[in-house]
Amino acid sequence: MGTKRVYSICAMCTGRCPIVVDVNGNEVEHIWGNPYLLGGYHLCPRGAAGKALLNDTERPQTPLIRDGERGSGKWRSVSWDEALDYVADNLKNIIDKYGAKSVVLSDRGGAITEFEKTFLAAIGSPNYFNHHATCSNSIHNAHLSVAGLARNGITYDYKNCKYLVSFGRNLLESLVTGEAKSVIDMIENGGKLVQIDVRWNYTAAKADRFFLINPGTDYALALALIHVIIKDSLYDADFVKRWTVGFEELSNFVKLYTPEFAENETGIPAAEIVKLAHDVGNAKPSVIFHLGWMTAWYSNDFYLRRAICSLNALLGAYEAKGGLIINKGPEAVGKPLKSLLAQVPKPKDPRFDGCGTKYPHLSEQWGLAQELAHVLLTDEPYPVRAYIVFRHDPLASLPDPDYIRDAFSKLDLLVSIDINYSETGWFSDVILPEDTYLERTDHVIARNGPKPGYILRQAAVQRRFDTRPRWWIFKELANRLGVGQYFPYNSIEELIAWQLEGTGYKLEDFNEKGYIELVDKPIMWDRVDGLKFKTPSGKIEFISKKLEDVGIPSFIPYEKPIELKPGRFRLVTSKCALHTQGRTTLNNRLLNEYVSENHLYIHEDRAVELGIKEGDLLEVENEGEKQYIKAKLTKYIHPDVLFMLHGFGDDVPLRTRSFGKGVSDVRLQKGLVKVAIGGNCPFTECTVSVKKVK
Amino acid sequence: MGKYYIFQDQKRCIGCYACELHCKTKNNAPEGAKLCRIVPTGPQVVKGVPRMHFVFMPCFHCEKPWCVYACPTGAMIKRAKDGIVYVKEDLCVGCKNCITACPWGVPQWNSETGKVMKCDYCKDRIDQGLEPACVTGCTTGALKFISPSEASQIKREQFAKNISPLKK
Repeated sequence: MGTKRVYSICAMCTGRCPIVVDVNGNEVEHIWGNPYLLGGYHLCPRGAAGKALLNDTERPQTPLIRDGERGSGKWRSVSWDEALDYVADNLKNIIDKYGAKSVVLSDRGGAITEFEKTFLAAIGSPNYFNHHATCSNSIHNAHLSVAGLARNGITYDYKNCKYLVSFGRNLLESLVTGEAKSVIDMIENGGKLVQIDVRWNYTAAKADRFFLINPGTDYALALALIHVIIKDSLYDADFVKRWTVGFEELSNFVKLYTPEFAENETGIPAAEIVKLAHDVGNAKPSVIFHLGWMTAWYSNDFYLRRAICSLNALLGAYEAKGGLIINKGPEAVGKPLKSLLAQVPKPKDPRFDGCGTKYPHLSEQWGLAQELAHVLLTDEPYPVRAYIVFRHDPLASLPDPDYIRDAFSKLDLLVSIDINYSETGWFSDVILPEDTYLERTDHVIARNGPKPGYILRQAAVQRRFDTRPRWWIFKELANRLGVGQYFPYNSIEELIAWQLEGTGYKLEDFNEKGYIELVDKPIMWDRVDGLKFKTPSGKIEFISKKLEDVGIPSFIPYEKPIELKPGRFRLVTSKCALHTQGRTTLNNRLLNEYVSENHLYIHEDRAVELGIKEGDLLEVENEGEKQYIKAKLTKYIHPDVLFMLHGFGDDVPLRTRSFGKGVSDVRLQKGLVKVAIGGNCPFTECTVSVKKVK
Repeated sequence: MGKYYIFQDQKRCIGCYACELHCKTKNNAPEGAKLCRIVPTGPQVVKGVPRMHFVFMPCFHCEKPWCVYACPTGAMIKRAKDGIVYVKEDLCVGCKNCITACPWGVPQWNSETGKVMKCDYCKDRIDQGLEPACVTGCTTGALKFISPSEASQIKREQFAKNISPLKK
């Protein structure tokens, strides 16, 4: 073991697992999971590979200003003063000319977003958004409409769960350490796992039942399950009566959606659907219908997610042991953290992306990343001229990067703040390199859950290169723009002390376990009187007043997915345990050694039809975009589906390990920079053709 | 018989490679060198569901290790007190005889030092009362560091748990 142990939070993906770092001198010896929170030193392979990120010279090492055409890769290494002055001067000019609202900022989202949100609000722009349009906007907005809770407003009580049903959430492969371990614990305790997917994966391999569903028909299955649960009175009648509105309307709506109907659509036998409904009914309320994680699927995903939320509510799974526990924050025990953002007046301008105006039902919290390109190209509702992209890579994660890159050309200023050379960074005017998570301390964050508390990311070692922490970068920019008063601290320690004022805790209290727990026992609200759903009615809303008031129906009829043209396939993507977040881990020396490129999975029978053999080089095409990738044959994928891992096809030459390897799924997703009803990009509506390269 | 054994609980293993990564970082293994390996086998259909098995392959620390016999310099050593087979680096001349001799492909070439490295159950950790990095870091706790006799006991317990009519 090292000479020093530092408790912190991982940032290899956005799972933010609690870690403990063994440090010897200024070197990281090893990174483990925090045993106090994870029940052992468990940590996934990405977390273990964090050490390789720290000393990697293939990340930006000094501030850089573009010295050639955008995207040419010609950079001038500059001092922090010069880089920050450059950004601030340009921002000032743009704000003078077009107003503060013409500045937009996006990040990866998550719990550590205080600095950038505060900065943006301080200069007077309402335009914060993040990556969720390409991830989980539809579940977020659906859960808000049904339960008034954010996507992450609940904690899954896997350990006590008796029946876990997942519509495509690949819990054991796109994994978060604590979650994967809990699901395995659940299976060992006798809990049942049901995986519904268009392809078999390692989660399906551990499932008691696996249903290979026809692509795009999940909504039909969810409606049929509701149908059986209501018809056979399998629901939790007390919970439904006390905590829901619109049960009668829901019952009427699902009358059409019989198991036989769903069998026809989904390919899952009606008897299996009935059995599943009865099994979850018998296990209630210790049931979890997982809400989903990466839910940028189809245009109707919002309604699939509403149906999944409704299934949980029908079975009384909210705030039940083994179900979905509503998160409590430190404010629930009267110990809220002080917030920088709360000190800033809220900007008054309407948002650039139409959240709350053009899209009145969509949450402003996460915004609509996919609207940026349209706004840039049309100047509607107003011109956007500056974009600060912070630990987010829209050109690698939004569909159709060529279209978006064209739109970005209209920007007067594009600034990338990141630890990596991202695809977007490569196209920027300025790159401001951030310290890695092993080199920086962030602000304290609230640990919301059954046992609220605080947790802290702490620097384990000193920085390797001329990089800076986020708290410093945004403070310096704010100073230069004359709004430094909203960053009233000179060091991160000072800020942490200020945040913790009135709580009775101080920085040193994190030394022992890396986190502070504010209660001894989980807080469980009373299921008769105490539940707090933040909807207008304070209940689960099968019929949502908020939606209906703006002319959006609470239910929509099931529609068949758009029919495939002959020779076309549906392109489906996902992650693996070694590269959950695509570009952030791809060039990592240790992880790249394991998985350096992606492959195209195709059903054996379809491969035979097309004369494709294992390992053949294939041409995948959509609307003129052609990509080349090696074939993998499998029996366990829907014949209409082609599958590849997301995030490959790196275009940044300085990332020598991942450069040019594999295929970028998003480049094939032509024409999908759309706003679906749930605010998601309908990624999975991409169809492609494939042929063997002669 | 050696004193230690790594038991892999197939029910818990999800094939995530955390064991290999924890091993690599702990031992500073260069690119290409894998001191332990997860070998996926399958999928095979069991009761209608395709199942996957992941075979964990550390060094088995053989009773009579061929790598030790093959080593001309005495760099490959079977530790008397607990049977751990390890490389004494300063004696290794990089002849690779051990690599050829091992039927399991365990000894690995360290391109950075020009010597051989291999799984030694993280003996430095063991000597501090800790477990090998692969076991400690395993994402789901699928690996257990035990004595060989405990392995059959674990298997019997698991079997009993699965068939017991009294289980909850």
